[in-house]
Amino acid sequence: MYFNSRGEKVSRARWKEMYNAFQNRQELIKAGLTSRRDLFRMGLLTSAGMLVAKSGLSSWNGGGDCRYGNSGCGTCASPVTTPWTLPMPIPPVKQAIPVSSLTGPAPTVNPNTAINPATGLAYEGRTRANQAPALGFPFPAGVVYQVTQQQAQINVSNDLPLQNLWTFDGSSPGPTYVAHYGAPVLIRNINNLPSNNGGFGLNSVSTHLHNGHTPSESDGFPCDFFAAGQYYDQYYPNALAGFNSTHIATNGDINESLSTLWYHDHRENFTSQNVYKGLLGFYLLFNQYDTGDETTGFRLPSFPAYDIPMAFADRCFDPTTGIMAFDTFNTDGILGDKFMVNGVIQPVLHVSPRRYRFRWLNTGPSRFLQVYVTDLTSPSTPQPFYQVSNDGNLLPHPVQVPAVALGVAERADVVIDFSQYAGKTLYLENRLNQTNGQGGPSGSVVSGGQGFLMLRIVVDGPAVADNSVNPATLPAYYALPSVSGSVAVSRSFNFDQTRDGQWQINGKLFDCNTVRFKVKQNSLEEWTFNGGFGWSHPIHVHLEEFQITQGAPGLYGSSSDDHNDYSRWGSQYCWSGCSGSSSGVNLSRKDVVRLIPSGNVKVRMRFRDWLGRYPMHCHNVIHEDHAMMLRFDVATTGDTNSNP
Amino acid sequence: MIDRSRRQLLTSLALLPVARSVLAGPDAAAPRHTFAPPDSGREVMRKRFFPNVPLVTHEGKHVRFYDDLLKDKIVVLNLMYADCTTLCPMITANLLAARKILEQRVKVDVFFYSLTIKPVQDTPEKLREYAAMHHVRGKWLFLTGKPENLEELRLRLGYADSNPLKDRKDKALHSGMLRYGNEPLSQWSSIQGSANPDWIAEEITYVVPAAGLKTAPNQAPG
Repeated sequence: MYFNSRGEKVSRARWKEMYNAFQNRQELIKAGLTSRRDLFRMGLLTSAGMLVAKSGLSSWNGGGDCRYGNSGCGTCASPVTTPWTLPMPIPPVKQAIPVSSLTGPAPTVNPNTAINPATGLAYEGRTRANQAPALGFPFPAGVVYQVTQQQAQINVSNDLPLQNLWTFDGSSPGPTYVAHYGAPVLIRNINNLPSNNGGFGLNSVSTHLHNGHTPSESDGFPCDFFAAGQYYDQYYPNALAGFNSTHIATNGDINESLSTLWYHDHRENFTSQNVYKGLLGFYLLFNQYDTGDETTGFRLPSFPAYDIPMAFADRCFDPTTGIMAFDTFNTDGILGDKFMVNGVIQPVLHVSPRRYRFRWLNTGPSRFLQVYVTDLTSPSTPQPFYQVSNDGNLLPHPVQVPAVALGVAERADVVIDFSQYAGKTLYLENRLNQTNGQGGPSGSVVSGGQGFLMLRIVVDGPAVADNSVNPATLPAYYALPSVSGSVAVSRSFNFDQTRDGQWQINGKLFDCNTVRFKVKQNSLEEWTFNGGFGWSHPIHVHLEEFQITQGAPGLYGSSSDDHNDYSRWGSQYCWSGCSGSSSGVNLSRKDVVRLIPSGNVKVRMRFRDWLGRYPMHCHNVIHEDHAMMLRFDVATTGDTNSNP
Repeated sequence: MIDRSRRQLLTSLALLPVARSVLAGPDAAAPRHTFAPPDSGREVMRKRFFPNVPLVTHEGKHVRFYDDLLKDKIVVLNLMYADCTTLCPMITANLLAARKILEQRVKVDVFFYSLTIKPVQDTPEKLREYAAMHHVRGKWLFLTGKPENLEELRLRLGYADSNPLKDRKDKALHSGMLRYGNEPLSQWSSIQGSANPDWIAEEITYVVPAAGLKTAPNQAPG
């Protein structure tokens, strides 16, 4: 008896065909030939657009690609959609309210565990007191928001039905928080999600501020979840890291300033479902240098007119109902065949011929991206641009790049000068081919115009003044804080899977109650991440950022599929992991690092200012949900467990 | 339904040969689909993952997978075979311990089902022996049946490797994972079978409504 990957019965002949297709596909991937044009050239595609029967390229739908809205490039076969019909949404900026306007009781330093008679539950889901007031931060914070997690009907494509997604305040991505250093924020986060989930999602949530230097009780630890009918007051101090540390004498280090953060659900065992369903958004931090005003400070393009966050995502939709589908029992990784930017499939953005700051974020669930700017009238011409940040951190200075590689949760702010493209139509194109949840170099980089077009950018806006600094003049941003000095503890972490399919770190499984190691506050730690055979993992550490001292990955690609002459980009091109010290965009602080199969990455960091529990985990959210995560605690005394 | 799929197929075929000109020129005509009305969450899950195949319990009773085992229940599922000497006995022992802990924490029934991946050799009698050997009692069934039905369940429940050849060589590549869920609420996820039994019990409570819990969910003390 033979079955396809969906468990449907097929004939032996069809199964052999499926296996042949699988093998063919692997070979083609190795050769970097997976585009329709290449297939046609190789005679694998008939003039009618059908795959040659005996060597189909997909085990069940004939190998579509997603460039034009076709389907089947992922692990699903969504309905065909017409690209470039909806504008790219820009999430609304969240507005502050007076503390007296909050729904429910006034905020308290200790969790409000009084029973709400309306629900029979404690008012608040928090379990630990706020740490910030004891360190001199105002309570309640000077800036107060209230956000409600709720279901809403969202249009992701005119060719699909409205989707019942889970949102913050009715939009996905949710509203963008615009925060400032020195202005602490309190967010009353209300869970009003329904128990009727449409097939996936759990209406019990924990919202993580990703990259935030956040006290443990407000961080969104996976087991700090709260139920529908409860709220959770999250306190974000927006203080420079190091303000309470012993290794620097200042009140926090300006060079630790953050810019692009995001928030997303982190509910233990259900993160992938809840984020897939829409629970994510941006949190931007500004200060006296990164001001959001292009006439002051670093003079980066002004927010919000020319500074635009973009959340990339890939999703599957049911071919019969057109409803977003989640592959619940796939514990390897889910690849969608529909590419969304800010919640819409293949949208359009109109821009003026001037410089823009785009804040790119890969929200997953599992796919690795390598994003290019493509002009389809000349697809093989490189369209370089400037990368100004890595994850939430501005680089020491802008770096010109041909593309940006992003594992799940990685971010990059880029500055693109559209004055050179006036009147043109461009695309953001993911050229990294990936065929299963394994990710990374098992995929290949396809040539320009042959990848997945995610966003159409039309440069037809009016000519407007541009007071932003030209990144080609290499303005200096922040210097890199030193991570030299004697390392107090070296720890090593292996990310792998058991033969029976369980994800592990150092051969152990996650559980919220097990503290795998204790970090002594303020001491310098060096961690080595080791990748198992065959799989790539984006590794994320909460609370603090690290600097990669060895093994940072660069752009994907290889000399054999080098369509853009990567050699001119020097150390940017280092796909298999640079063995030496970091350079280029990797000379930065980060909170996620892509770990390639059998790769070794060394990072250094200090854990400062806040105490308590935090996780470290793979940010392929499918792996994260299934135990590729650990809990560590920051404490006044630590341990020296080198293999925790 | 058939008409619609055919129309969709024709639409996509019509788009393929002109794909490049679509890009170069103005927008293509929108493919207009007529979709079936959305399913309820439990229907989404049932149609995709839970075929109603006939099975035989270790007690020799004939049952249907969806109607008799899943419908209206909170369940935990795993794969095993009786002669397995490594992982299966360990997971069985883990589940036994987890079930004891769970009884302290929930007021509702949680049903455990172990599906054999070797249905030809694992007769109901053999599974009965396995259950007795491990002192399994109560709401826990070991299930066998026609090989094609067990194979369909294995694949639908995601216990397959994406490489078909690797998968055929070793059907246990993903068998370390338990599936668990609340069928009427369509809340489902997976747990690692090798996890600490206390943690397995804890995760199972995620899909038990508050009214069914004896104590509030544990939010990691300390």
